[in-house]
Amino acid sequence: MARSLRPARADDLGLRRALSDRLLPLLVAAMTFLAALALAGAMAAAGLAEHWRTGAASMLTVQVPMPEAPAVGGTRAEVVTHALGDTLGIATFRRLSAAEIATLLKPWLGEDPGHLSLPLPAMFEVRLSGDPFDATGAAARLARAAPGTLVERNGAWLTRLADLVRSLRACAALALLVVAFVASAVVAVATRAGLAARRDAIEIVHGLGATDGMIASQFAERVMMLAVAGALLGVLLVLPVLLGLASLAAPFATADAQPLQPAQLLRALPPMLWAELVSLPLVAALIGWATAQATVRGWLGRLP
Amino acid sequence: MVRLESVGLRYGGPGGAEVLHDLNFAMAEGGFRWLLGPSGAGKTSLLRLLTLAVRPTSGRLQLLGAAVERASRAELPLLRRRIGMVFQDFRLLPHLSAFDNVALPLRLAGRPEGQVRADVAEMLRWVTLTRRAEALPAELSGGEQQRVAIARAVIGRPALLLADEPTGNLDDTQAERLMQLLRELNRLGTSVVVATHSTALVARYPGRALVLAEGRLVHDGASDDVPRAEEAT
Ligand SMILES: Nc1ncnc2c1ncn2[C@@H]1O[C@H](COP(=O)(O)OP(=O)(O)OP(=O)(O)O)[C@@H](O)[C@H]1O
Ligand SMILES: [Mg+2]
Repeated sequence: MARSLRPARADDLGLRRALSDRLLPLLVAAMTFLAALALAGAMAAAGLAEHWRTGAASMLTVQVPMPEAPAVGGTRAEVVTHALGDTLGIATFRRLSAAEIATLLKPWLGEDPGHLSLPLPAMFEVRLSGDPFDATGAAARLARAAPGTLVERNGAWLTRLADLVRSLRACAALALLVVAFVASAVVAVATRAGLAARRDAIEIVHGLGATDGMIASQFAERVMMLAVAGALLGVLLVLPVLLGLASLAAPFATADAQPLQPAQLLRALPPMLWAELVSLPLVAALIGWATAQATVRGWLGRLP
Repeated sequence: MVRLESVGLRYGGPGGAEVLHDLNFAMAEGGFRWLLGPSGAGKTSLLRLLTLAVRPTSGRLQLLGAAVERASRAELPLLRRRIGMVFQDFRLLPHLSAFDNVALPLRLAGRPEGQVRADVAEMLRWVTLTRRAEALPAELSGGEQQRVAIARAVIGRPALLLADEPTGNLDDTQAERLMQLLRELNRLGTSVVVATHSTALVARYPGRALVLAEGRLVHDGASDDVPRAEEAT
């Protein structure tokens, strides 16, 4: 269209002053900062929970009641130890000491379970190697060797961790929704202030034959520019914070507890988070543009 | 071209006071009308109706082939671009230079920038404001602002040109030039309505006149026949 031939400084409605480059970008920067923290927080927490979940998934507990009672080929505990050693897919296993079992049971049985003279079961902590493991088959074999033996795949933990990950994601989504809503409200308020400040100018260009679309786009383009500038500022401000957090968290996520070198630091943020950081200014642009359009078009409805 | 049938206008919604009552008149394409009447009679309000700055609250208004009371909101901008208006209070955009104010109608209509520049330069030459092209309205005298407003109203070669007290801030020579411009545009086919308090101006350029009093049309005929009591005060 011929409009593109106009000098870039063209600003019929004087929006450069009516929508100032002070407050709106700063507020959008703050919103972006919060959004980035919510995203990074959710991603880090979900990452840690996932880390634990895979850890928990590779652990089994085997419980043998009346471990010292006889079975075919030794005590029941010995038979189970033997069977575990023959099972494919198990990396290591270990029988918990009586003291460890006492600690585990303390919440239920008190300081000294011995005085109850209950026969305590033997407990084995089994770590899977990651090779294919036939859980039901193994459980059946152990129960055949020593009837009553229970194999527990830390199921409660797994579902609880999965729930935790889901809740963290939902919280982050909720936080983002609130931030987007507040950002939209901030843009609407700024746009309304601009409309009030330029009421006369708008009525004049409206009277000269400007369409609602023309007037709304002048506002929307200005607001979009300010929102993008604010969002870029917000990303720039949040980046050192995220990198600092990442370098603090790195020893927990990886096996070696070495502090990160500066060169590794940039790689410490997951690629997904980088993508989200890049998308924040785009989302801010969209929220700014759409909110300004809707606000201006709604306001123009009062003119004939 | 322009036809009003029992047109009424109320400001401020249904509860507001009616300022124009039961107006009936017609003007053919290429017509000329003086619009006379005492202060507060409703001249500006009638011109606002004819520029589509307000819609009639009652009655029927035909403008440039469109039935305004039935037209959709989206149709009005194109109609407005065919109407030029010189406002009593100029209504220039304060942050735009004289040049950009005059260019506004052409740019809104999407004319190529090269043509806009040539036309605006020519127009500014005509109203002898070439040297003040880059000045902001606040830096111009009342008469200079009025000439910018006139230039902006006529640059789009409107089919209907409305002027509200256009000579109020002009000296006699400039008023004379303006009247000649209006007559020339009228001769080329633009319909023209000029609201004024100046009996001297009307006497020098006799023509047809509409006279309003308290929002009613009290005379529609030759300006020489306007009853003295109804004449501009
Ligand atoms: N926006 C408005 N809201 C309410 N009343 C208005 C409005 N504009 C004008 N009026 C009233 O309408 C009546 C006609 O006003 P208008 O401006 O049309 O008169 P006019 O003939 O142009 O007067 P003048 O010669 O002083 O310019 C006046 O009583 C005025 O107070
Ligand atoms: Mg008036």
